[in-house]
Amino acid sequence: MSARLEIRTDVCTGCGLCTSACPFGALSLVDGTASVSDACTLCGACESSCPFGAILIRRTGTVAEGISGYSGTMVIAESREGAIDHSTLELLGAARAIAEAEGGPVSALLITSVAGDGPKVLSEHGADVVVVVEDPALGHYLTEPRAAITRRIITERKPAIVLAAATTTGRDLMPRVAKLLNTGLTADCTSLSFDPGKGCLLQTRPAFGGNIMATIVCEGTRPQMATVRPRVMKALDPDPSRTAEIVRIAPEPGELVSRVRLEGFRVLDEGIADIAEASVIVSGGRGMKTPENFSLLSEIAGLLGGSVGASRAAVDSGWIPYPHQVGQTGKTVQPRTYLACGISGAVQHRVGMQSSDTIIAVNRDETAPIFQFCSEGFVGDLFEILPALAKEIRRRRGSA
Amino acid sequence: MRIVVAMKQVPDTAEVRIDPERNTLVRDGVPSIMNPFDAYALEEGLRWKDALGGEVIALTMGPPQAEAILREAVSMGADQAVLLSDRAFAGADTWATSHTLAAAVAKLAPVDLVLTGKQAIDGDTAQTGPGMAATLDWPQLTFVGRVLGIEGGRIRVERYVEGGVETLDSSLPAVVTVLKDANTPRMPSLRGKMKARSLQVTVWTAADLGLPQSETGLEGSPTRVVRIATPESRSGGEIHRGSPEELAAILADILLGEGGGE
Amino acid sequence: MDYFLSEDIRAIRELCSEIAEKHIRPVREELDRENRFPHEIMKVLADSDLFRIYIPTEYEGLGLGTLSLCVAAEELSKVCAGVATTYAANALGAMPILLSGSDDQKKRFLPGLASGSNLAAFGLTEPDAGSDAGGLRTRAIRDGDSYVLNGTKQWITNGGEAKVYTIIALTDPDRGARGASAFIVEDGTPGFSYGKKEDKMGIRASATRELVFEDCRIPVENLIGREGTGFMVAMKTLDNSRPGVAAQAVGIAQGALEEALVYASQRKQFGQRIDSFQGIQFMLADMATQVEAARALTYSVARMIDGGVKKFEKEAAMAKVFASDVAMKVTTDAVQIFGGYGYMKEYPVEKMMRDAKITQIYEGTNQIQRNVIASALIRETASREK
Repeated sequence: MSARLEIRTDVCTGCGLCTSACPFGALSLVDGTASVSDACTLCGACESSCPFGAILIRRTGTVAEGISGYSGTMVIAESREGAIDHSTLELLGAARAIAEAEGGPVSALLITSVAGDGPKVLSEHGADVVVVVEDPALGHYLTEPRAAITRRIITERKPAIVLAAATTTGRDLMPRVAKLLNTGLTADCTSLSFDPGKGCLLQTRPAFGGNIMATIVCEGTRPQMATVRPRVMKALDPDPSRTAEIVRIAPEPGELVSRVRLEGFRVLDEGIADIAEASVIVSGGRGMKTPENFSLLSEIAGLLGGSVGASRAAVDSGWIPYPHQVGQTGKTVQPRTYLACGISGAVQHRVGMQSSDTIIAVNRDETAPIFQFCSEGFVGDLFEILPALAKEIRRRRGSA
Repeated sequence: MRIVVAMKQVPDTAEVRIDPERNTLVRDGVPSIMNPFDAYALEEGLRWKDALGGEVIALTMGPPQAEAILREAVSMGADQAVLLSDRAFAGADTWATSHTLAAAVAKLAPVDLVLTGKQAIDGDTAQTGPGMAATLDWPQLTFVGRVLGIEGGRIRVERYVEGGVETLDSSLPAVVTVLKDANTPRMPSLRGKMKARSLQVTVWTAADLGLPQSETGLEGSPTRVVRIATPESRSGGEIHRGSPEELAAILADILLGEGGGE
Repeated sequence: MDYFLSEDIRAIRELCSEIAEKHIRPVREELDRENRFPHEIMKVLADSDLFRIYIPTEYEGLGLGTLSLCVAAEELSKVCAGVATTYAANALGAMPILLSGSDDQKKRFLPGLASGSNLAAFGLTEPDAGSDAGGLRTRAIRDGDSYVLNGTKQWITNGGEAKVYTIIALTDPDRGARGASAFIVEDGTPGFSYGKKEDKMGIRASATRELVFEDCRIPVENLIGREGTGFMVAMKTLDNSRPGVAAQAVGIAQGALEEALVYASQRKQFGQRIDSFQGIQFMLADMATQVEAARALTYSVARMIDGGVKKFEKEAAMAKVFASDVAMKVTTDAVQIFGGYGYMKEYPVEKMMRDAKITQIYEGTNQIQRNVIASALIRETASREK
């Protein structure tokens, strides 16, 4: 397909809505009508923003062939020491919802050194078919063998949709496989739905630091591939009555070759509870003023069984190490409760935590942006409020 | 060592604001910058060049103005700059982008190492690095927090994954995507700035790369953006004021699930 | 004001400003508080080629002249004059070699200074020889192929941190100033040690120490120029470095002006921004005018030197005296505009005021500068009347 942007000057009213809709600044008003510059990437944001239908992206050419014969949704399973990752179960939940509209089967691909009861777990959580590739050489994740096997199995089984978790594994594996299969891949989706009319998966993801949500389709090639942000989709409750068809496939010897060797794996200090997994995060920003003050946060986090997070400002000031950083250049978190202390709530921080169930902000500055999107805001001096809070929690625990 | 650093010019998303009235992006005055993660990739390349000798080539795909980040790279110490610029590249998704960049790396052969940031801050896909590796049929090392060594045609790195750190060893050539843990990017040097000013940036088009139109830009992109919307904004919740003790009591109610409850 | 700076010098300004914002501003308060030498920042300046700018190209410099050094010193001083002093004192230390050293000495010492791997320092002042260089006591006695140095130098910027020292010492004490000679002494030479580090009012990021020579033996090749020319070397050095001090003063004043402007636009009293009061407006207008005048004079003198003019001691002294008085005035006014906050260490202007003071004192007090200017004026008039 090729395409070009066409502005119908007879219809354009020069209202300027498109110029602010364009994420690339490619549109401007010239002599009272919209005009497009070379910065245009044909993303289509303007097309839907124009109330007058004055902007059209003309697509020409033919839709690529070879999309027929593909059906169903395949989930790329991740497991650690025989246990299926929760993110995989979430994908099965999403896949079942897609299958209702798409009609094809839900399959799971489990590549592992020890399948254990993995196939059963996958089945109970929604897989109709579990493809198991089990080999002692397939222990720790290495890109090339996984990519080779995944590619072959996709080619053989022709799923219309392939989903993997947007973990470091999924985001390493899937782009390689998608490139080799000459098909599209959408990264880090937060919402998926199936458009039966077009036969397309509508893949929605944040972009521009979370400032916009882009919905992406893969029309002309199959499968349609996506990585999905963990902790966004809901896993189904296990149904022990479900029994999937188990298909065992052996790896071909050539597929086990890897130019990359694993020399070691060091488990990161569990003392730094992984913020990506925490259900309560107590987070500090510039308002914490000194590294020592983070002990206030650790104390509250300890009382609530949570972890300590931080804004980029705090990390850049050297008050707390990078693994604690929440936000665009740090981690994306979705705890039940996110307690933001002395964090102004700049957009880069916001994108990392805005999906938290409850956001509580404590800040001295009542004009801080965080008060515009938090669930509960507390205006005041955190150096007074937090010690009082610690005391209050202890008092209630003591009396409970 | 001949090292290619693949980089991208991006709008500084830190400067992007949302117009609260119209719920649209405000891009006015938003500067274009070198993708911050690519600065770490560049620094890593420069360090290994300093240690082992060789050269660093800065590579980007983009409109003519993307040349600015290549000059910035040269001012920091890159030796050459290559801009892939062609109307035919417009509208590229990660498949077409990695395909085009890989073609340029192949044209720059022999290349020992391609470095790039773990992701670009505008798209946040992290797909271009692995895409290049796949196209070149090279090994890939993604989410690298430290390059431990390069010796005897091999590279050793630490790769940061959920729950731990892998130590990996790979043959070269390879594609490595780096995290901000890897280093601290250096400042430009004056001699670098002088060189950057007079540098002739090499510009390659699709024809120079021998790529058919069907493999570049929008036409070569399997995916397409069909809708862009601003995320639903959470409206601000209740704002509490009072003495520290009063506030602490309300906070405790919320945190311990009392009072308000579920 | 547009000074039509060359692209190279504009690049220096841009780079120094970026370094100042990224590497100096976040730590300046700490450096000041802890009296700490900015090693990391010197490394950044070195890696960015900023020690190369005033050194000729044949010695691995960039040969961009006095104006380039002034712009760099100004830009760094805007954010921290202590760091800027450390930087600029290298040029001062290198100046005797640049102006009067042999080609061999230049080849031996300048490349290391250009790369920033070595810092330099200039040692003239002694406990009893401040403004009056005639009071020098440090001696250098010829002994075969060596000179043997004995004596103490005081308040030497970069003392203990520099690797290369240019030292003025008496080779012929009977001849007074005409018996002085200039030498290069390297760190680590036996008999060369450092006294205590001074606890200063301002420019506290810079290191100021005594240099102690006790039978310190250096090779005759380290004599700069001929015996007896030391005083002349010192005076030429100071003439050349004065525009740098002036630039530093301009930078301090500009930094204080910028702080005052921002503060005056934010601070509200009587329900309005204080920059809406004419009393404040006039202060700001005077401050800005003085800074611009000081800058114009400083750049003009630097351009005179770079243009090859031989006699510029009067103009260099004028720039130094005018700019440093402006720095003192403007920083004091900035503190005044900040009011009580200005007096507190939480705000940067009190540091700027402390830093500004030294520019009226070092490298020739402003009283000495006025002597220089006056005697030049009198000489000029006398020669016209002939």
